[in-house]
Amino acid sequence: MTAGSSIAQSPEPIIRVENLQKTYQMGEVAVHALRGISLNISRGEFVAIMGHSGSGKSTFMNLIGCLDRGNGGRYMLEGVDASTRNRDELAKLRNAKIGFVFQGFNLLSRTTALENVELPLVYAGVPRRERRRRAEEALKIVNLADRMDHRSNQLSGGQQQRVAIARALVVHPAIILADEPTGNLDSRTAVEIMGVFQQLNRQHHMTILVVTHEPDIAQYTRRIVHFHDGRISNDAIVSNPRDAAADLAAMPQLDEAVQSIAAAAP
Amino acid sequence: MNPLSVLPVAWLALMRHKMRAVLTTLGIMIGVASVIAMVAVGSGARMMIEAQVASLGANMLMIFPGSTNQSGLRGGMGSVSRFTEADGRAINDECPNVAACTPVVNYSGRAVYGNQNWPTRINGVYPNYTEIRDWPLSAGKLFTEQDVERATKVCLLGQTVVDNLFPDGGDPVGLYVRVRNIPFRILGVLERKGQSPFGADQDDTIIAPFTTVQHRLLNTTSVYIFMCSASSTDTIYKAQDEITALFRQRHRLQPDQDDDFTIRNQADLLKAQTESSGVMQMLLGAIASISLLVGGIGIMNIMLVSVTERTREIGIRMAIGARGRDILLQFLIEAVVLALAGGMVGIGIGVGATQLITYVLNWPTLLSPFSIVAAFGSAGITGICFGFFPATKAAKLNPIDALRYE
Repeated sequence: MTAGSSIAQSPEPIIRVENLQKTYQMGEVAVHALRGISLNISRGEFVAIMGHSGSGKSTFMNLIGCLDRGNGGRYMLEGVDASTRNRDELAKLRNAKIGFVFQGFNLLSRTTALENVELPLVYAGVPRRERRRRAEEALKIVNLADRMDHRSNQLSGGQQQRVAIARALVVHPAIILADEPTGNLDSRTAVEIMGVFQQLNRQHHMTILVVTHEPDIAQYTRRIVHFHDGRISNDAIVSNPRDAAADLAAMPQLDEAVQSIAAAAP
Repeated sequence: MNPLSVLPVAWLALMRHKMRAVLTTLGIMIGVASVIAMVAVGSGARMMIEAQVASLGANMLMIFPGSTNQSGLRGGMGSVSRFTEADGRAINDECPNVAACTPVVNYSGRAVYGNQNWPTRINGVYPNYTEIRDWPLSAGKLFTEQDVERATKVCLLGQTVVDNLFPDGGDPVGLYVRVRNIPFRILGVLERKGQSPFGADQDDTIIAPFTTVQHRLLNTTSVYIFMCSASSTDTIYKAQDEITALFRQRHRLQPDQDDDFTIRNQADLLKAQTESSGVMQMLLGAIASISLLVGGIGIMNIMLVSVTERTREIGIRMAIGARGRDILLQFLIEAVVLALAGGMVGIGIGVGATQLITYVLNWPTLLSPFSIVAAFGSAGITGICFGFFPATKAAKLNPIDALRYE
């Protein structure tokens, strides 16, 4: 991951959002999901977006992830104006600059971990050999080198989420967008996954944006942005982020033993 | 994205529902198989008709007496026979493109040998008849020009007559059959020829010298028809023109008068016969194509189900950078793989069914490589056409909705 080396020189933030608006037309009624959001995220940041359901955080995530376009304002992704791109160009932006991690893991079933991680590179047109090398590298980073040939349905939830993170990493994206990444995991695995993100952020200087409604999870990030009613209600630096590795060490070991038995069971 | 890299993806997706894939392609299989089998049956029938028409003789022309026109009252074809033996001699002498010509009369009667009898038709002809009909002898020898001059009571038997008069076997050559109580010495036996294009048994015949039948059996001076053979395939129409000119002159027809005779040639016969078999073949092909169409609808149906089932997968692929056309290609290739796999099995079934028809039903068949390639190609095209709608539907999905789809 080379993103970290340019933190100091780059004045242009990874994400620059200016007065971003999104309105859904539901029959006669116009629903204002985003009422003018302005936000910058710089290289190497680890940000949590929090808010209740209906606060606009999911809409914001979709716009940031180039899955959708707003109907007002501007969104610059690494200096590229994403608010004016067409469907195919957005697909290309997603492929090259964004790594998605979802709540439900969203791996292709009956497909090996390695193949799942290779998939974005297939659409990027990377040759097979190179694809394999980079996928293996990404799986090593998330500590799954020994599970590469396991199919996704043979992996535990935590392992599946690691594969998803590897898949997000493999294209060397500008930013990783994680939508409730711990929502389907037990508390210990949730901390493990946050540990993976912390490691990526610290050691590989990855820019990461996590959407969550759990305050505990948000405490592992370094900045928390609160959404309320389509607007940003609060934007604060986490003065003393929790350390996932330390928290894990403090947790009872029994949990882990049970988990490994559960994972090994057919 | 490289289209080839989609192939394994498509294959795996299909293998996930093996039973479904097999049932879906059943329509295509039946379609391809029936196209191949139907065309084989059609071609076989055509081949048989061609062989039957060829069995009539070599480059044969038949001259029938034509219509009469007496004070405006028109008779139909064959309403009067104005042919004479001299007409035949004139053809032989004056038409350079006619290799041989014989007058024909025939008598339908009962042939008797010992306590066996058989109703048949006795044709009175010149010895060159066997040359015109391209009909060799299997035993004995032919009668001669002298036999015709002297109206000798000799004959040659067709194989069917031999089978019925001599059921115990044995060589009939040298024995006598009686027709109208006249004993005919059997000079020889004609080779088996089989069915005519009109379905008649050509072997159910006796041939005898022309004058013998004309005078001794029919007691007439007229000639029923002439049978000629052109010198080669290319000169059939030339020979026909020569005969027409000669007959118009001999029958003293004015330029404004219709021909009082009709000439039929083998090429016309072949055309008429193959035309009807061609219509049949087209009909069979059309019916077979309908099953291909139905197969295509089956593919479309199952691909639509597949798109709905895999909405989430489509969402994932789109989220990580698949463009609409990548998704389109994936589903299109899946449909084509499905169709071609069905087509491949269909070829096997079609070829097998053709063999079965040949050996069990004893129908003539002719497998043509063209029909196999065409049927396989149509299967592929069916896959593309009917896969396109579901694939477009998949490609147009909104990634956000697709990702949320449960």
